[in-house]
Amino acid sequence: MRHYSAFAVAREALRYHTGWERAWRSPEPKKRYDAVIVGAGGHGLATAYYLGKNYGIQNVAVIEKGWLGGGNTGRNTTIIRSNYLQDPSAAIYEKARSLYEDLSQDLNYNIMFSPRGVMMLAQTQHEIRGYQRTAHANALQGVKTEWITPERVKELVPIINLDGPRYPVLGALWQERGGTARHDAVAWGYARACSAMGMDIIQQCEVTGVRSENGRVVGVETSKGAIECDKLGIVVAGHSGQLAEMAGFRLPLEAIALQALVSEPIKPCMDVVVMANTVHGYMSQSDKGEMVIGGGTDGFNNFTQRGSFHHIEETVRALVETFPMISRLKMLRQWGGIVDMTGDRSPILSKTPLGGCFINCGWGTGGFKAIPGSGWGMAQLMATGHSPLTEAFSLDRFKEGRFIDESVAAGVAH
Amino acid sequence: MLILNCPYCGVDAEETELAAGGEAHLKRFGPGSSDDEFHDYLFMRENPKGVHFERWRHANGCGKWFHAARCTQTLEVFGTYSAQTTEPPQEIKDAITAKRPGWVWRDFS
Repeated sequence: MRHYSAFAVAREALRYHTGWERAWRSPEPKKRYDAVIVGAGGHGLATAYYLGKNYGIQNVAVIEKGWLGGGNTGRNTTIIRSNYLQDPSAAIYEKARSLYEDLSQDLNYNIMFSPRGVMMLAQTQHEIRGYQRTAHANALQGVKTEWITPERVKELVPIINLDGPRYPVLGALWQERGGTARHDAVAWGYARACSAMGMDIIQQCEVTGVRSENGRVVGVETSKGAIECDKLGIVVAGHSGQLAEMAGFRLPLEAIALQALVSEPIKPCMDVVVMANTVHGYMSQSDKGEMVIGGGTDGFNNFTQRGSFHHIEETVRALVETFPMISRLKMLRQWGGIVDMTGDRSPILSKTPLGGCFINCGWGTGGFKAIPGSGWGMAQLMATGHSPLTEAFSLDRFKEGRFIDESVAAGVAH
Repeated sequence: MLILNCPYCGVDAEETELAAGGEAHLKRFGPGSSDDEFHDYLFMRENPKGVHFERWRHANGCGKWFHAARCTQTLEVFGTYSAQTTEPPQEIKDAITAKRPGWVWRDFS
């Protein structure tokens, strides 16, 4: 892999950009790998990357049905934050956020991490108490957040309307080092770094079955033939249930559609991420100037990657009241992604009833921000059989009643 | 937009009139059941990519609960039927079989 640098840009400028290599190889699958990861989204690629980097397991294949980063990794609203209430959530999301800080240097790939600050508006008395509690919890967890007044909100976001008759802004939970990153680049950066370690990223290859012997996984059937492996990681978000069925177990998941939309590009007007959970809407401005808006989920099972229009109407209607200037904006695009929701709205990173088979799913509406932390923990779990980061997120927590009650933070889209 | 016919009042109700109520035909497990049964009852929802049976409520209408058979992959509606039953009626099953031969959902087919 040729290193990306200012010198490389200058060198290529002098030779008409003929020297750039492909960022990753597209090999045919080998017969056998030490570990196979199903799903080349952010979480799957990050898992492979940290397996190689932290544990020296580099004979790894990442298998993808479609194209790399084409699922929810390319469909989210790129927000990164870690202001969660419960300790296990704060730990894994803060690990992810801190890894994002120098991920560009680590991967030698510009993921455009922009710690512009994430603000969660309190628009009801209930939210004031909830967010103040979260701020105190974060202080104990070592996550830097603070409760800020409406005046400070106005300072940070001049376009906001504090005195909306239905949704007044009463304060906010502010995480200064939260922000956004370029979502595709996160997948591409990990893919390039994995490929450089000699891992095979196999796109357009659908897993059609899981092979096991004596209760242990021994390989997978794919549309490009059978592949043997010692360890299998299933990291496929919306289709986790289908993969689990192949592996012979069930998951407490339901797949629903979550939508987002972007406006036409406008001049810079808002340099932080604003989330308004009361109205199920959140907004940030991309580097291209588009207002990126996310909304709520549909209430019913759906695999179509498109959602109901009235959810967009609800989100935009409420945001227009909080940000009156967006009322004249034209919306350019709208899309949906299939998110896998668990009973307690927290993810599952766990061993499974099938030996050697591990699952990472259930990120629901909040997966992008967790990618590096999720990959880090998942790699540790797959390599050593135990990870303090993923311990609380095991599959048996539902049976044992150890829920991670984050629905306050994750009940809506984020 | 999803449109379901309410089997009680007969209205073709748009999605904004309806409230989704989750998986249909759940068997309730409570005191006296095993841990596994209780766990499955609480958390192990069917999550099919295809034929699915759900409970819906005509919330902004007649207010009645009813059942719907739907495809989660195409959003096609196969039919709606009364809530006062523990399994889909034969005509709903036939309607699904006409479009999705060989379908299976839990113990129904």
